[in-house]
Amino acid sequence: MLRVIKTEEKTAKQMMIIRLAAFVLALAAGGLFILALGVNPLKVYGTILSGAFRSKMAVQATIKVMIPMLVAALGVTLAFKMKFWNIGGEGQIIMGAVFATYFALYHADWPFFILFPVMLIAGIVGGGLWALIPALCKVRFGTNETLFTLMLNYIALYLVAYLQEGPWRDPAANGFPKIPSFAASATLPKVLGVQMGWIVALVLTVIVFVYMRYTKHGYEISVVGQSQATAAYAGMNVSRIVLRTMFLSGAVAGICGMLQVSGSDKTLTTGVAGGIGFTAIIIAWLAQLNPFGSLVVAFLFAILEKGSSVVQSDFGLSTDCADVLQGIILFFVLGCEFFIRYRFVRDNARKAAAVKGGEG
Amino acid sequence: MLLKFIVAAIGASTPLLFGTVGETLSEKVGHLNLGVEGMMSIGACAGFMVGMMTDSFLWAILAAFGAGVLAALIYAVLTVTFMADQNVSGLTLTIFGVGLANFIGIFMLGHSPSGTLKLPDGITAQMRGVHIPGLSDLPVIGELLFSYSPFVYIGIVIAILCTVFMRKTKAGLNVQAIGHNPAAADAAGISVTRWKYTMILVGGGICGIGGAYCALIINGGVWISNNVGGLGWIAVALVIFAKWKPLYAIWGSFVFGALRVLKYYVPASVIQLPTALYDMLPFVITALILVVSSMRKKRDHNIPGSLGVNYFREER
Amino acid sequence: MAQQNTTPNQAEPSAVGEYAIECRGVTKRFGTVVANDGVDLTVRYGEILALLGENGSGKTTLMNMLSGIYHPDSGSIRIAGKEAVINSPEDSMALGIGMIYQHFKLVDVFTAMDNIALGTPGRRLPARELRTKVEGICKGVGLTIDPAKRIYEMSVSEKQTVEILKVLYRGQKILILDEPTAVLTPQETDKLFAILRRMREQGCAVIIITHKLGEVLDISDRVTILRRGKYIDTVNTAETDEQQLTELMVGRPVSLEIDRPEQGELNSILKAVDLTIRKPDGAIAVDDVSFEVRTGEILGVAGIAGSGQKELCEAIAGLYPAEKGAVLYRKENLIGKNPREISRLGVHLGFVPEDRLGMGLVASMGMVGNMMLKTYDAPKGPFIDTAPAREQAEELVDKLSIVTPSVDTPVRLMSGGNVQKVLLGREIVSKPSVLITAYPVRGLDINSSYTVYDLLNEQKKDNVAVVYVGEDLDVLMELSDRIMVLCHGKITGIVDARTATKDQIARLMVGGKEEA
Repeated sequence: MLRVIKTEEKTAKQMMIIRLAAFVLALAAGGLFILALGVNPLKVYGTILSGAFRSKMAVQATIKVMIPMLVAALGVTLAFKMKFWNIGGEGQIIMGAVFATYFALYHADWPFFILFPVMLIAGIVGGGLWALIPALCKVRFGTNETLFTLMLNYIALYLVAYLQEGPWRDPAANGFPKIPSFAASATLPKVLGVQMGWIVALVLTVIVFVYMRYTKHGYEISVVGQSQATAAYAGMNVSRIVLRTMFLSGAVAGICGMLQVSGSDKTLTTGVAGGIGFTAIIIAWLAQLNPFGSLVVAFLFAILEKGSSVVQSDFGLSTDCADVLQGIILFFVLGCEFFIRYRFVRDNARKAAAVKGGEG
Repeated sequence: MLLKFIVAAIGASTPLLFGTVGETLSEKVGHLNLGVEGMMSIGACAGFMVGMMTDSFLWAILAAFGAGVLAALIYAVLTVTFMADQNVSGLTLTIFGVGLANFIGIFMLGHSPSGTLKLPDGITAQMRGVHIPGLSDLPVIGELLFSYSPFVYIGIVIAILCTVFMRKTKAGLNVQAIGHNPAAADAAGISVTRWKYTMILVGGGICGIGGAYCALIINGGVWISNNVGGLGWIAVALVIFAKWKPLYAIWGSFVFGALRVLKYYVPASVIQLPTALYDMLPFVITALILVVSSMRKKRDHNIPGSLGVNYFREER
Repeated sequence: MAQQNTTPNQAEPSAVGEYAIECRGVTKRFGTVVANDGVDLTVRYGEILALLGENGSGKTTLMNMLSGIYHPDSGSIRIAGKEAVINSPEDSMALGIGMIYQHFKLVDVFTAMDNIALGTPGRRLPARELRTKVEGICKGVGLTIDPAKRIYEMSVSEKQTVEILKVLYRGQKILILDEPTAVLTPQETDKLFAILRRMREQGCAVIIITHKLGEVLDISDRVTILRRGKYIDTVNTAETDEQQLTELMVGRPVSLEIDRPEQGELNSILKAVDLTIRKPDGAIAVDDVSFEVRTGEILGVAGIAGSGQKELCEAIAGLYPAEKGAVLYRKENLIGKNPREISRLGVHLGFVPEDRLGMGLVASMGMVGNMMLKTYDAPKGPFIDTAPAREQAEELVDKLSIVTPSVDTPVRLMSGGNVQKVLLGREIVSKPSVLITAYPVRGLDINSSYTVYDLLNEQKKDNVAVVYVGEDLDVLMELSDRIMVLCHGKITGIVDARTATKDQIARLMVGGKEEA
């Protein structure tokens, strides 16, 4: 039998090699899966890459896919660094979108330069408050945040369903339950062919990086994430830090929702989050909770998502292919972390021990 | 009307029962598996496809169980052997499982000449409510007790078997010791790793059967994407509600089954709510239960003490 | 399987005198650290062997190889005369070895009897049958316990009894105890030793791991000494004394004397008045205590583990709420304030908590990140400034000769002694007027321990009020100026360390009055 022992911690370079190897293995495993469906995996991977870059429009579409993934991952990063398992990104994105949509629907007469900041703030408040609910219960009663944030996802989702069936239903849609499209004043203009959300996303990446690395708040998040007892010992107000950080985490997700409705969808649908809240967790984790790492991983995942839509039309494999591959990649990377700290050795066989004993 | 409501609620509670019991087994050895939704989806997909091809209910169930076991195996390898973070591993399993099920569903749709995936008549007949001559014909009792799909009875039998296992057998005691304190169990000579794998895998298989219910029954025998639709997540929360007891899971899932079918049975004359709010109800109630149960100050001795923490023998 | 052997059979002449365990040249490395280097150890049936060594000498590593937790890199282990390979606790148990760890391995929510029978082969016995059986074993060796009581309701010594019963229930004839007396009162220790002697009479082989010399001389037949992972010697207890054992253990003739400089300016600086603290579960932790902490002296705090020391320290530091009473610093009451509010009052309070990596330090950060733990908030503005912390960290490395690859290496990768130097060093750098230290030498080797004593004495000379919570009475008596004794959260006496006797303090520790 094999057993596990601890090893010396690896150097940063060795860690990178292990993770890279895991990534390659994951692609190989995904390839085997595609092969089992009777499709040439190399062609599929090739199509994914070319599909994401084959034209200027394709690149723009890839960037458009990347924006919400990156922003949502930044939100997750803040909470996870504190070891607060916020898997309510979906709900926070939706609530940010709902709050922003209110202004888009009812104050479409405002000019863009007023409506944009108002919607942005509405998104921040919506996402932030939605994240504050589980944080309050956690701080006050110790409620399990994992499940609570998850339930809030569904509650937010059905809230949108309710809004589009009832109060916000588009009267011009011939009985079809949908929310009206936004007026031009409530939609984001394009910059370089892509909705300007990408500028917001890049700015946020830098802000979150600086916030976590160089500010007192960021230091507090790290300490609380490591040990609440240490944080209290250092004189930190743990409850306040948890509440503040969760508000910010939800707020960033809320910005993501706002960018989606205003920049991409130009209306609010039940699919506004569409699983991005979950993908964001994978991205943040793969990026080791580093904002710039998230930028890279989100870009790779965007290639995967965009490319797989081309794969769908070319090979008849659905876009769910991207989810499957993302899952496989994270499985391998999760597994490889083991080899950074531990290794396997064979159990001592009776004979071997006896021989060694004889020598000693 | 009330009778119909109860009967419908019991039907609707069935996938939750499987999911809850399956997750309970995993949590009993200290592994919080957030992959229930994914394992159920994979079970749904395997059960449906095999059922469609073999036209046999038995094969469908076995395939669903087997697929659930395989899905759980990924989680078990990652968390038990590789000691990866349980939250992230389970979550990834859900994303992977739901994606995989949808992917295969669409792949099969693409290869289906009719453009839809529908179960053949044989298996549909096998899954229909049982009819025991005499018993099923009794008024009220017959419909209340002897009119369900075989799934319902399988679920209840599994829940009872798990209860007996935990309460009466030596292995059941050992398993609970692992969940509460793996180091103590290890020191007492119990194979912690072997039992963790066993419980996680069997739990996954049971979740898989629950998924099969979603695919085979809920949508009238037609394949649609996302057919588990969040039931796996409710099951994870129900484990807390059922205090980690498989027997309580029967009542817990019944309550939630009732919530899910409530919208069809509340007379319009009493109260009229938009459908979306009815759909929201189970999740709101679950959230409330989470908060209320965390407000209790008393220490709950049922919660496995090592839940969420991986065990490494040399870590002292 | 071996349940009929629960009372080891005395009329088994071949077993008496034969080696129960025979380790030869056992070596175990962790990375580059050699934890055990060619260790020999033998124990016979019907014998009690003491395994003596300082912290970090490799005692526990050796025992963990016998219990299947670690695996020797080389060397041979023979059990009952046969070559043995122990790959898991299961193997170890099958070979008849019963291990009682320092931190008990019991399932809290189970009853005593379920714990005792846990993991044994055969079917699950009905409660009544199991109860009878456990009571039978108790009678055999003169132990008393309620088999239906749950572990979380038990006292430490009751838990230890359950551990012993686990071994007896399995009929194991080799018993290994890791620091069993660390958590016991002197009276409970006597009771434990009586049981061990009875087991010896019944033909068991017993190994007791300890660093308390008095106990070694009291209970053992032979003593094996380890130092820095190396086997040093095995001596017959009857032919040795404390001085010789100490020399063997430390490796040089040492006078175990700790410096005690004269007291400085004695000014009352901190005053606890009628302080009562309740734990979250409602139990009283500290019960109506009043005392004074003075500058220029070391106040020792003695007491059995869990007598309220932790709560008392944390309450003074602003980390634990008090039910009533006050802690006055000059005129200010510290109770009800958090650490930051306390320091804003101008109170310079240094605190070295018991849980160094879980409370005093951030395990995943380097020295730099840890140096600014309490001061990061001082500069104005939203940003942190690491430069002063880095400077301090580098100074500290030089001054206390801390061994670390760099000041950014996570402190969890450092050795226990160095971790404590970082923590204590940081608290001293902050120039405290009161310095509270909880078990500051626990787990440290002798050299690091003496560094800590020297640092505390330096503080005392600088007229700092030092509080030293300790477990080793000898150290407490040599280092402190006054000793305050706690028992069940009450102060049972405050004595002058220069004149008090060990017996007197031991009596106070269990609640006895001085004349009682």
